[in-house]
Amino acid sequence: MRIVVCVKHVPDIQSDRALGEGGRVVRDGGDGTLNELDENALEAALVLAEEVGGEVVALTVGPDDAVDAVRKGLQMGADEAVHVVDDAIGGSDVVGTARVLAAAITHIGATDPVDLVVLGMAGLDGLTSLLPSALAALLDVPALPLAAEVTVADGSVRVRRNLDHATEVLEASLPAVVSVTDQANQPRYPNFKGMMAARKKPVTTLGLADLGIAPADVGTTGARTAVVAAAPRPARENRVLVNGGSEAGVQLAAYLVENKLA
Amino acid sequence: MTDSLVLLDHSADGVLRAPVRELVTLGRTLGTVHGVWPADGAEPDAQTLADLGALGVARVHRLSSTGDLHVAAVLAEALADLLDATGAGLLLATSSFENKEVAAQLAVLTGAGVVTDADGLAVEGDGLVASKTVFAGTWNTRCAITSPLAIVTLKANSITVEPAEQGGTPDLVEHASTASAAAQRVTVVERTERPASGRPDLGSAHVVVAGGRGTEGDFTLVEELADVLGGAVGATRVATDEGWIGHDAQIGQTGVTISPRLYIGVGVSGAVHHRGGMQASGTIVAINSDPDAPIFEIADYGIVGDLNEVLPALSAELRRLRA
Repeated sequence: MRIVVCVKHVPDIQSDRALGEGGRVVRDGGDGTLNELDENALEAALVLAEEVGGEVVALTVGPDDAVDAVRKGLQMGADEAVHVVDDAIGGSDVVGTARVLAAAITHIGATDPVDLVVLGMAGLDGLTSLLPSALAALLDVPALPLAAEVTVADGSVRVRRNLDHATEVLEASLPAVVSVTDQANQPRYPNFKGMMAARKKPVTTLGLADLGIAPADVGTTGARTAVVAAAPRPARENRVLVNGGSEAGVQLAAYLVENKLA
Repeated sequence: MTDSLVLLDHSADGVLRAPVRELVTLGRTLGTVHGVWPADGAEPDAQTLADLGALGVARVHRLSSTGDLHVAAVLAEALADLLDATGAGLLLATSSFENKEVAAQLAVLTGAGVVTDADGLAVEGDGLVASKTVFAGTWNTRCAITSPLAIVTLKANSITVEPAEQGGTPDLVEHASTASAAAQRVTVVERTERPASGRPDLGSAHVVVAGGRGTEGDFTLVEELADVLGGAVGATRVATDEGWIGHDAQIGQTGVTISPRLYIGVGVSGAVHHRGGMQASGTIVAINSDPDAPIFEIADYGIVGDLNEVLPALSAELRRLRA
């Protein structure tokens, strides 16, 4: 089985994250890291490849630094990596990014077909959770998002997922797109051997021309949304901090009632 | 003017999800509001239709499909069909994970621009501009939708629900659509709806009381306070991983994202994952015995103290003040 895992290089959530020109995420602060939820995606793919046999390709789209995300994937155990980088991609919206990923997956599958695409349930920068479903629609394959459990057998994939109001089990024939949550597994840490081995694994760099995508179809020109204003939220004012026991509870009750919160 | 289609999310027994009323209130400021009721087993009763009419819904489309409407691709196709038939320029939906899946598929089908988790939407010039907070509630942004068709999912507790000046009873019209074979490649093998808890939904409650490690597994005082305030009970990742409460109570970037008017964290340290799911709340109250807990950095009202002393006094005093 051939599995592609889409990973993303995002600003560390512990760092001071910011939006810059055109409302784009500032990605050059040196605080970039592999999106944590993508580690769950890599883990899920590696386990499936170990169970049923096959190989795992880590794929990312992003500026030069983004290659670190696929490198981490190689260290965890992915077999090869693909990095799509092109200045024209900057400023893409979700569908634009999905278009680039879909073309890259088609490119990867040209030599040897791709059976499964695995993603994290969200990017911790944008947190829209739209990408997996948009990607499946563009690839014209079934989408099975938010898996807390994934199994593959007899050419089908089955996921269990916990939604806002319900629990579901979905099933579809391969090829398919799956996204996994942080409940799905405990990602492995790369060990020394894995890190050494990763150095020898191939990383292919592709541009939009290699994928047959017109620059105008992606980036800000291809986007259907545009951030027109962005500013840090003003700090909370009139903050209260007290020490105490039951008397502090009584005071808080008065505060809540005064502020019409209770 | 932008006419909208509002997705009328409902439970398996046909009860409207609370944030749907916010969508209708918002849609009314933009143009004519059409409701769309996915016919997935439950039907709208007369009272529900009357409520929607009072909020200003002009027409309710009962949307059926040859496929299973619980499959995102099937619902997306049916909605694309209905958007075309009604000429609405906007689909409004609540920010549930399921609706985001439908939004993404629909965006690919129709070329629509999508904004998720918006807290406001207005017509500006000849287009729509949505507002939303990003980076765990630390930045405010405004996002223009430049395509002719827009899809916006609204965060709960963003709009104050108000009845329309001129309400009425909406027409109920049928719209049958045909699902493609491609959309039906996903099968819902099993679907179990969680029973209502008797408390408000965590995702849309006006008040949330959350318990963390400091509760040491005993949620009794947390639940008591939530009930005094008519609020929902939430938890941190630690509390759900420990099995102290179900995973559906987990507040955080990968759990439920909340923005209630009042959030009270009890024995919650304020780890970054938790903050990502609650930092956009109106008023943040924190009760924790550790003065260095990071939650105090974002709290409007912090008490450094023992929850076993603070909470009983708080609940009792609230009862007394409101008696």
